Amino acid sequence: MNAKPRIAVHKFSSCDGCQLAFLNLGEELLELAQRVDIVHFAEAGAVDPEAPVDIAFVEGSISTPDEQARIQTVRANSRMLVTIGACATSGGLQALRNHADSAEWMARVYAHPEYIETLSTATPIAAHVRVDFELWGCPVSSTQIVAAVRALLFGVTPVPDGDKVCLDCKRQHNVCVLVAHGEPCLGPVTRTGCGALCPRFGRDCYGCYGPSDNPNADSLGARLRGLGLVPDAVARRFRFIHSAQPALAEAARRALGEDHE
Amino acid sequence: MSERRTVDIHVPVLARVEGEGALELAVRDGTIEKLMLRIYEPPRLFEQFLVGREYHEVPDMVARICGICPVAYQMSAVHAIEQAFGMQPDPWVRDMRRLYYCGEWLESHALHIHMLAAPDFLGYPSVTALAQDYPAEVRRGLRLQGLGNAIVAALGARSVHPVGARVGGFSRAPTAAEARALLESLREALPDAEELVRWTASLELPASDQEFTTVALRHGDEYPMNEGRLVSSAGLDIDIREFDDHFREHQVPHSTALHSHLHDRPYLVGPLARLNLNLDRLPAQVQDLLDDTGLSWPSRNMFHSVVARAVEIHYGCVEAIRLLERYQTPTAPRLEPTPRAGVGFGCTEAPRGILWHRYEFDERGTVIDSRIVPPTSQNQARIEQDLKWTLEAGDLESDDRELRQLCETVIRNYDPCISCATHFLDLRIDRQ
Repeated sequence: MNAKPRIAVHKFSSCDGCQLAFLNLGEELLELAQRVDIVHFAEAGAVDPEAPVDIAFVEGSISTPDEQARIQTVRANSRMLVTIGACATSGGLQALRNHADSAEWMARVYAHPEYIETLSTATPIAAHVRVDFELWGCPVSSTQIVAAVRALLFGVTPVPDGDKVCLDCKRQHNVCVLVAHGEPCLGPVTRTGCGALCPRFGRDCYGCYGPSDNPNADSLGARLRGLGLVPDAVARRFRFIHSAQPALAEAARRALGEDHE
Repeated sequence: MSERRTVDIHVPVLARVEGEGALELAVRDGTIEKLMLRIYEPPRLFEQFLVGREYHEVPDMVARICGICPVAYQMSAVHAIEQAFGMQPDPWVRDMRRLYYCGEWLESHALHIHMLAAPDFLGYPSVTALAQDYPAEVRRGLRLQGLGNAIVAALGARSVHPVGARVGGFSRAPTAAEARALLESLREALPDAEELVRWTASLELPASDQEFTTVALRHGDEYPMNEGRLVSSAGLDIDIREFDDHFREHQVPHSTALHSHLHDRPYLVGPLARLNLNLDRLPAQVQDLLDDTGLSWPSRNMFHSVVARAVEIHYGCVEAIRLLERYQTPTAPRLEPTPRAGVGFGCTEAPRGILWHRYEFDERGTVIDSRIVPPTSQNQARIEQDLKWTLEAGDLESDDRELRQLCETVIRNYDPCISCATHFLDLRIDRQ
């Protein structure tokens, strides 16, 4: 007789939006609870953060000394560790602090910054511990979560999809917002998985699923300049949801002419 | 001679709340010595990230403050930006923003009632455990949550961090067929919403009769969502621009979220405050059902918040049906903004209460300064006040497990969104 697989959902610095991929499952959430033992998922009511599990899903980035220690415990207690979403996978939007003097910022926000324990950076989980699988997206979708859980329960590693949003647009017969409307779309360098939502809604992709395989961000940067974006605007396109991701961070620096190679 | 018990309760991770909070309670000789809702969720410094961004980047960025109420962040932001630019959204945009908000109230309230609050009132650890004994009620809740998500996705493409809202309106208008399908789902869901109101009103909720000040938006003729004046149960009635003249935020050592006071006192925002202050703005259909519950309104029982949430789900369905029945595909789903230098304010009714934004722009529409005051940071002081009242009105001699459960129930009743609370911080420099 097999015991049910044990899973945990851990939260670090984040908006809680990726956990919602579980809580928005509807009927499937009840089914999931039948098939697995959810031993830790604070928002859903299960609190046992140090219990050993088969799969730990981790939301959020590491931005405090406490989180640095806590992720080590999570790793030690988990057979598989899967990051869910931009924060856990690349540092997320709050990694924008990595570009700035965080102490100065803290002093501007808080009258007593000494009460606040925080690091000067927000970093992805993989910068601290070994990660078995990454789910990109800001937020990840319920479809991604279900597919990953299903694969992992069958003992199969989920297949990462590194294709570009452009491919999804072609499949859906979307009008290209970059070519047809001159919108500064990041689709050509962004990983698919969302369903090309922004172009489908007639607007530019802003890269919330992170970089695709082999992103040619410099080339896209040049194209965005051609659309009339000033270097700073091009850099801001790349420094948004995944500003700490190396390919995009590099492209932003080069757009600003900060690369002296 | 009986020795009075010493109580030390430390709940390191509060379950069934959004974000990370903890509770500390110490009782000595029958007196509360320490009582703190400790918020340790790390700050994410969004107000700083916004500086230097162009106005059109703001709705996508502020959505990331909160996965549960991104619509609220987008709405307060677009209203503030449009005010700064001197724009008036057209009637179609106005309608669709209300519809968008109905969706968020539905999904957020349904999630809170069923996954976070009901387990407390019925004695279960989680929604999945609750579903074993209350399958029909839980499934009804999941359906309403799903419907709320579908409304948000109709305008925003997805329900978490939706991509359709922008300054001036929306990126895309739902087709007539999409609007009809949504209308059909809402009509089917209406009996669910009505049942939900009756069900929450029939729950055996703890008794509680407290004095507290409520604050909400109030609009000339509608239940408030995107617009209105700021009013309180103590007679406040101000333009949202005057917020700083009356409300004061301050830092406390045990929280990464700032506390907020109105005229130096705690106050309540959220569904109960909204309902108490806007009963006469409910359509007859919603009002009648509320009267049928036999509860008396305005209510001073904080636990009636769960009923207020159900009433707002019912209202959200009724209002969404009204808006969709007159739906027409527009010639354009938005007006094009023309940036100009200036300051703009936005205050809308997030599921958890008023969410106040202020932005300052340069002539090209770049953010020079931003401030965001989220509902949960406003409720923090009120939560601590309620905890103290509840403990003192109850029995401090109860065992630790019961006291802990009681405190957690009180906290969860506010539906605190701790992720939000720490992600919006006051930018004023105050070093004394």
